[in-house]
Amino acid sequence: MNRWLSDSAVERLREAADSPDLAGTRYRLIDKLGQGGVGGVFRVEDTALDRQVALKVITVGDRESNWPARLLQEARVIAKLEHPGIVPVHDAGVLADGRPFYTMKLVQGKRLDEHIATIPGLSDRLRIFLRICDAVAFAHARGVLHRDLKPGNVMVGPFGEVLVMDWGLSKLVGTSSGPATGQGAVAPVAETVGPGTAHGSVFGTPGYMAPEQTRGETSVDARADIYSLGAVLQFLLADASPSPIPRALAAVRRQATAADPADRYPSVQELADDIAHFLDGLAVSAYPEGPLARAWRWIVRNRAWILLLLAYMVTRALLIFFRPR
Amino acid sequence: MTDDTSIGGVRQQFPSTPWSVIEGTRSPHAEVRRRALDTLISAYWKPVYKYIRLHWKKENEPAKDLTQEFFARLVEKGLLARFDPDRARLRTYLRVCVDGLVMNEDKAAQRVKRGGDVTLLPLDFESAEGELHQLEVAAACNPEELFSREFARSLFGLALERLRRELKEKGKSLHFELLELYDIEEGGQQLTYDEVARRFRIKPTDVTNYLAYARREFRRIVLDELHAMTATEDEFRREAQTLLGVKL
Repeated sequence: MNRWLSDSAVERLREAADSPDLAGTRYRLIDKLGQGGVGGVFRVEDTALDRQVALKVITVGDRESNWPARLLQEARVIAKLEHPGIVPVHDAGVLADGRPFYTMKLVQGKRLDEHIATIPGLSDRLRIFLRICDAVAFAHARGVLHRDLKPGNVMVGPFGEVLVMDWGLSKLVGTSSGPATGQGAVAPVAETVGPGTAHGSVFGTPGYMAPEQTRGETSVDARADIYSLGAVLQFLLADASPSPIPRALAAVRRQATAADPADRYPSVQELADDIAHFLDGLAVSAYPEGPLARAWRWIVRNRAWILLLLAYMVTRALLIFFRPR
Repeated sequence: MTDDTSIGGVRQQFPSTPWSVIEGTRSPHAEVRRRALDTLISAYWKPVYKYIRLHWKKENEPAKDLTQEFFARLVEKGLLARFDPDRARLRTYLRVCVDGLVMNEDKAAQRVKRGGDVTLLPLDFESAEGELHQLEVAAACNPEELFSREFARSLFGLALERLRRELKEKGKSLHFELLELYDIEEGGQQLTYDEVARRFRIKPTDVTNYLAYARREFRRIVLDELHAMTATEDEFRREAQTLLGVKL
């Protein structure tokens, strides 16, 4: 007989079926942290090392689909990326229920999209952006494209750590001709962690995906991530300051999010350099300025010295004027 | 135990090899088509009936007639043959078909009442009606959510019954009883594993292992049943995410 199941019983059964089967592992389930496209992330206790870690496990895919292989591939890709801006993987394997999993550092922090209101200053936001660029540039140098960069995939820790998360859609590209940072450096696709785009499928997040990614083109390269970084920059600039966005910064954002990949920055490093130059009051490559704008930027950049010089000159003038005759 | 419906009961005699009901309903073999339809009806008749009662606010008798008419039409009008997995999930397609039927309910109800050209299915509407009174959330949610929730309830019910049967055959009825106590009965999770162990006169470590085994098997069966209810791997994956990973 089909027994009657109350809503709460259905919910408990759902959780029981969804929870990772940790029998035979050194992990003990604590609670669920979140649900992604293909898998859930759980807080577990690593009983061997007496610490809490995050465990990612695939929800489905134990049939013909190749999601299990993809999850392990994702773990391997992240494991290659040892960088302070990328969450480290500790362990990977297959659970008793046949589902692959990997564990990673449990990040204590907030997602950038939830944290943004507490970062009021433009320069603080740009410094966070630079840290994101650092992590992405590092991944590109290791031949890895993220393909789903967005504020929701960036965590900001309590001590100012900035971590780029969720490499589930990442793509491993060849690095035969050097780092995958330039348009000419990205070799043909070698491996795809997330769903492939061989059939023109579209994966990513609308609003942050490059146009070529939206069209399901198979030949996306590092410049798709640069587009997404430009969209993240736009997100960070919104409401950052009561005054209008400086033209130079708007130009940087425009170049990063150009519709044609050929018009974008050729590498993340060059985008980051422009942001760093802006923060230092230097010229940015995306904004060709006239003599007046250059003079004004020079004045603003050297305003302390100029004010000091003016104060000195005024003092001298006063001394000369009031000198006893 | 008695079966809610002879459809579900007869189905229990079939081997539980994974196959898609959609493929089955399009088979040239009448027996395969019948089995596929049995499988489909056993999972969907209660959600359909409750959906008609709650969402369309139909009385008991008209809802029964419409449910019977709906499954009769699935066969006669070739509604399943028209299902395109690229355009919608099977669950959504069936719900939309129910909507279409109810909107033309007068014609449908008259046909059932005449009784001449509809083969009535032996569905236990009394039990479904009884369950309606126990629903914690009535028709407050949107139609898709309501139908999803009732489909999940129906599928979990089928999976539990299959789990009970399979574990009994393997001499592991205690595993099922533990799952029943811990994950189905209200307040079960308030008990510690030590208390459960004392109650069943087993070791606390056995509670952990037995429960893990029963849950693993339950998960396997749910996915197996769901696989049968979906037409493509992509639909299966999306349905499994909805059913297991995301709260409805």
